[in-house]
Amino acid sequence: MGYELSKEQMNEILSQLKEDYLIYAPKCFQDGGRFSDTDCIRYGEINKIEEIVFDKKAEYSFKEVLLPISQTLFYFTEDSVKEADAPKQGAIVFLRSCDLHSVKRLDEIYLRNGFSDYYYQRLRERVVFVLMGCQTAFDSCFCVDMGTNQSNEYDMSIDRSENGYQLDCKSNQLEKLLSQYATNNLSVTPAYVTETKTRVNIPSNLSYQIGNSNMWREYDTRCINCGRCNFVCPTCTCFTMQDIFYTDNEKAGERRRVWASCMVDGYTDVAGGASYRQKNGDRMRFKVLHKVLDYKERNGYHMCVGCGRCDDICPEYISFSHCINKLENGMKEVMEHE
Amino acid sequence: MNKNEYIPFLSEIVEVIKHTEIEYTFRMAYDGEVKPGQFFEVSFPKYGEAPISVSGIENGCVDLTIRRVGKVTNEVFEKYVGDKLFLRGPYGNGFDVDDYKGKEIVVVAGGTGVSPVRGVVDYFAKNASSRKDMSFIAGFKSKEDILFEKDFEFWRESMNVVLTLDAGEETKEHKIGLVTKYIPQLKLKEVKEAVAIVVGPPAMMHFSVLALLELGLQEDNIWISQERKMCCGIGKCGHCKIGNQYVCLDGPVFRYTQGKHLVD
Ligand SMILES: Cc1cc2nc3c(=O)[nH]c(=O)nc-3n(C[C@H](O)[C@H](O)[C@H](O)COP(=O)(O)OP(=O)(O)OC[C@H]3O[C@@H](n4cnc5c(N)ncnc54)[C@H](O)[C@@H]3O)c2cc1C
Ligand code: SF4
Ligand code: SF4
Ligand code: FES
Repeated sequence: MGYELSKEQMNEILSQLKEDYLIYAPKCFQDGGRFSDTDCIRYGEINKIEEIVFDKKAEYSFKEVLLPISQTLFYFTEDSVKEADAPKQGAIVFLRSCDLHSVKRLDEIYLRNGFSDYYYQRLRERVVFVLMGCQTAFDSCFCVDMGTNQSNEYDMSIDRSENGYQLDCKSNQLEKLLSQYATNNLSVTPAYVTETKTRVNIPSNLSYQIGNSNMWREYDTRCINCGRCNFVCPTCTCFTMQDIFYTDNEKAGERRRVWASCMVDGYTDVAGGASYRQKNGDRMRFKVLHKVLDYKERNGYHMCVGCGRCDDICPEYISFSHCINKLENGMKEVMEHE
Repeated sequence: MNKNEYIPFLSEIVEVIKHTEIEYTFRMAYDGEVKPGQFFEVSFPKYGEAPISVSGIENGCVDLTIRRVGKVTNEVFEKYVGDKLFLRGPYGNGFDVDDYKGKEIVVVAGGTGVSPVRGVVDYFAKNASSRKDMSFIAGFKSKEDILFEKDFEFWRESMNVVLTLDAGEETKEHKIGLVTKYIPQLKLKEVKEAVAIVVGPPAMMHFSVLALLELGLQEDNIWISQERKMCCGIGKCGHCKIGNQYVCLDGPVFRYTQGKHLVD
């Protein structure tokens, strides 16, 4: 059902929701940017609707709500383990269409792909998604080419309007709340873009042979394997286990998982000093092919949702979308040498 | 809610068999279903987890043969007197003995690579009538590095065993040279039908497979077992992925035809 609500009404609704939920949305962290005197737009808890930044892209995705950067799995002593408690509150996440599509990718890895992940599942079951409509695409977005520019999988949608906010609600629970304030019964379709400035073309003959192309060598020296491109990505899901023990009681500690990056040293290290993909260009190849080749072979659709964040964050100005667009020539090159 | 796969369980150490200074087999109490070539995550709280292959399965027990190489494995060796270890698993696909039944079998293994195939070799030593001829080529660095020495005596009774050392003097029990030296000397009756299993360090597997193909084996009849960094064992952490395959879920055992296109 569609509604139009004023700012004040939205804030009353948010304050009611805050009793049961933590509310996350892209917001502005002043002077928190990557360069001095710049702001950073990223996810944080909000109290008021006007804290949400609608006209800029969040540098980091919402994924830390479902996959905390560092998550305690259990506590241990020498001969016992105790599972870490689930957070008491559920979460409401405001996010754009590309990010909502990324939830499907996170679910694929964490709820399926062999086993269902207990910790992910117990958070996921308590998350409500609010889709933020997109009027225009940002410079680096390529959601249309990835087929992620529009989504119906939301619990509620939100777009700004002249008098406040327009909402489309699919959740019965939220509907009850909204109808207490409803001024109108409208038909609302969340805004979505139909074209983007950045375009990508994934060649249909793309195969692992692309690994033999020279195109990757450029990245051997340009990329500094900092891993930022993985950390901002809403579809990157890797982690490393980490055991911690307490300094005041060495017999006790906890096991955590922390975000990991396939671009960073150590990702493939095995005992005895061996490792795979030592060149940064080979790591780039591994990451790119995961996003646009092997994940699709496994699950039937591409992993990358075209949010463009990896392009925006790279300190070396390496563009993922440019790299995708080089794949076609790369394939020609390797086919000629067959 | 689904089971919490990350929480390990305590398992009793039934026996410790010392092969070398740095390689022990821990016989652990375990009652569930398990296959050779599968692995358990062995945990040492404070130090982490390490994936370790099942090297033997016997009534109510699994054998884990561990080489002491780093943080976790050091702790296991130093502290195991505590009589219990934390485990989770078994994970991975393991070897399916049905794939080899009724066939002529070649197994080539190097170093700790002998662990994951030990269950298969043992099965076909005890059930010799369920297969045709069998050869087992096992390579170790030196005499001191030999694992499962007693088993070799038993295996020799029912199959052609080549136990080879990288260097040293040839004796009645040991040949000298890499495993690849002994592959061309195999006398196979029906090479096109024969099946082979190859497990060991990456270079050893690569050259052993080439030697088997040279001999005339079919690509489709060769199985290998892969080792990669693993942090979860259950398809989540991403570290073990090669191409579109997760070694922890889809492997560690792969048909050569399935694995050869995968690039790290
Ligand atoms: C499927 C599989 C089966 C294995 N079977 C055996 C076995 O039967 N016997 C045996 O002795 N070893 C086996 N290994 C190797 C064993 O897991 C490593 O030697 C062990 O993880 C080293 O841990 P560490 O903490 O002692 O060493 P460190 O060097 O301190 O290890 C640091 C980290 O690297 C990871 N790591 C290191 N080496 C490997 C590796 N080769 N594979 C995966 N992760 C690694 C560990 O998870 C650890 O957290 C197997 C590995 C795999 C993937
Ligand atoms: S591509 Fe850029 S962001 Fe990614 S690891 Fe390399 S330098 Fe860092
Ligand atoms: S690979 Fe880059 S563009 Fe694609 S989803 Fe990840 S961050 Fe966004
Ligand atoms: S070990 Fe974590 S995905 Fe395979």
